[in-house]
Amino acid sequence: MTAVDDRSRTDAPESSADPLPRTVTARRRLLLIAGLAIALTAMALVSAGTGQLYVSPAEVFGSIMHAIGLDLGPLPAHPNGESALWTIRFPRVAMSIVIGAALAAAGLLMQAVFGNPLADPGVIGVSSGAALGASATIVFGWAFFGEWTIAVAAFITGLAATFVVYFMSRSGGKTEVVTLVLTGIAVNAFTGAGLALMTFLGDQAAREQIVFWQLGSLNGSRWQQFWIVLPLIVVGVVVAFVISRRLDLLSLGERSARHLGVNVEGLRIVAIVVTALLVAAAVSFAGIIAFVGLVIPHLMRMIIGPAHRPLLVASVLGGALLLLTADLVARTAVPMADLPIGMLTSLVGGPFFFWLLRRARRSAGGWG
Amino acid sequence: MRAAVDARGVSVEIDGRQILADASIRVSSGEIVALIGPNGAGKSTLLAALTGDQARTRGTIEIAGRPLEDWKLKELSQQRAVLLQENGVFFPFTVEQVVEMGRAPWQRTPLDHDDEEAVDEAIRLTDIERFRHRQVPSLSGGERARSAFARVLAQRTGILLLDEPTAALDLRHQEDVLRLARQRAHAGDAVIVVLHDLNLAAAYADRIALLSSGRIVAQGSPREVLTVERISDVYAQPVEVITHPETGATIILPVREAMSVGRANDDSLPRTTARSRIALPRKASS
Repeated sequence: MTAVDDRSRTDAPESSADPLPRTVTARRRLLLIAGLAIALTAMALVSAGTGQLYVSPAEVFGSIMHAIGLDLGPLPAHPNGESALWTIRFPRVAMSIVIGAALAAAGLLMQAVFGNPLADPGVIGVSSGAALGASATIVFGWAFFGEWTIAVAAFITGLAATFVVYFMSRSGGKTEVVTLVLTGIAVNAFTGAGLALMTFLGDQAAREQIVFWQLGSLNGSRWQQFWIVLPLIVVGVVVAFVISRRLDLLSLGERSARHLGVNVEGLRIVAIVVTALLVAAAVSFAGIIAFVGLVIPHLMRMIIGPAHRPLLVASVLGGALLLLTADLVARTAVPMADLPIGMLTSLVGGPFFFWLLRRARRSAGGWG
Repeated sequence: MRAAVDARGVSVEIDGRQILADASIRVSSGEIVALIGPNGAGKSTLLAALTGDQARTRGTIEIAGRPLEDWKLKELSQQRAVLLQENGVFFPFTVEQVVEMGRAPWQRTPLDHDDEEAVDEAIRLTDIERFRHRQVPSLSGGERARSAFARVLAQRTGILLLDEPTAALDLRHQEDVLRLARQRAHAGDAVIVVLHDLNLAAAYADRIALLSSGRIVAQGSPREVLTVERISDVYAQPVEVITHPETGATIILPVREAMSVGRANDDSLPRTTARSRIALPRKASS
């Protein structure tokens, strides 16, 4: 027996490169989440102040504090500062935060349901499915649900797209990379045709709106839109948080999850509906912003491991931070121009996706 | 005595093909029952029917005295733990995290105070301490299987259903798994285990059910079931059944032709029986 023990000691340095004991993991999670929260707050202050009319972060902070009745910090010195912040900048910053959070959470849920870390709403066609519903609403002038119509239509078609992908691509409780990507191509082709038809049918204004969706942009975000998407996204993230422990068990495979007391069918349907809800909320007013749901959960998983509860919190913050930053770049990189944010995320996400694919192929089957 | 698992007349048809026909098996607390039989005999199907994974066309199954269908999934998971042959994990969870998942059924019950202790104990018993912080996808097949077995032990249920738990394991860990199953049975648990190794079944099972072409063709103590005629017939492979001279353990050996190089085709030489060349194992220390 001593021989065995000696061997285990010599093996120790080798395995210490791998994930660490409970306490270290807990500390790492806390650090990451706190760091992301601080970075997000700082970035929000900077982003809100940056633009044609500059407002310092301190003044941005002061403006918010005064608005909630606290006499803290300086007010914007520029005469138009206050109105620029509250009518243009803040809604846009707020939108980028909630939409980034929604996309990252949706990506994470999708990966858990498909048992595949390469799932992303943009890649597998759920985003474009949602965009199809949204554009149909514009072209046909539907208004069944008042100002909520676009979101509802996006949800319905997004949900349909998710179920199609789900039923087409799974086998034995998980989805192989090749199947997933090919199904994504098929769904994107179909929704692309639908969008093309809408572009053809629509008038000038509708066409512009559809093109804008396909590129993805937060330009022209308004408070009214924010108040529509916020409750959807809050509900989505809260439900995701509630089911996160059960998603861990799903990683053992369907049967083992069931043996541990999980109603697998029910869990999957909840996760899919929530995914569609989050994606629809994001797509309704910002268009297709791909790869956030792929890149963020993946990076976070590399730092704190795959346990879904902390991963969800970190991904929500990380997604918000990424989109907030991307939006700042989108509107300041080129003077007097507002770049489409979907283009920026794809510019970064595309190569990342490619790298992941290569890695997945190398470790075929082993989803490390 | 109330049976832990009581299956009566269970039949399973898949795509019109009879996979399992009229299987009845009754397992009491404190007992290990081994399911043996050739490939495709229906062992795993019977086990899947007992877990509720596989719908049956006929028959009744009771777990701890209540029909399987009447159990809520969560309650059922507090009654029985299941080890499958396939033990992959989709994301890079650590071994410790996977073993902790075995505690999920006890969440928000008074027993969840035992979580850490149950996890540590299961990890110690299955000898996986050395890689408890490694990621499951980076482990070998045998290490993964032991991690999954630890998860099942940590679930601390009164019924264990194990589908070929020894398939990927080395000699020592095969014995470990069955020794642990034995201990659990001594402590009052009911264990059903699918095994391919007839000697393991003979050594550890209280009773054996032999399946062939979807039917249970024999059921009883190892000595009753493991006869030369029956095993040779069901497996279509002649065997010998030997009694260990010291321990009295039952040993099953396939009858092998003498196969040393250059002699295989030489019919003129007298055939050496397998028996005379076997060095019998020493009595196990436990």
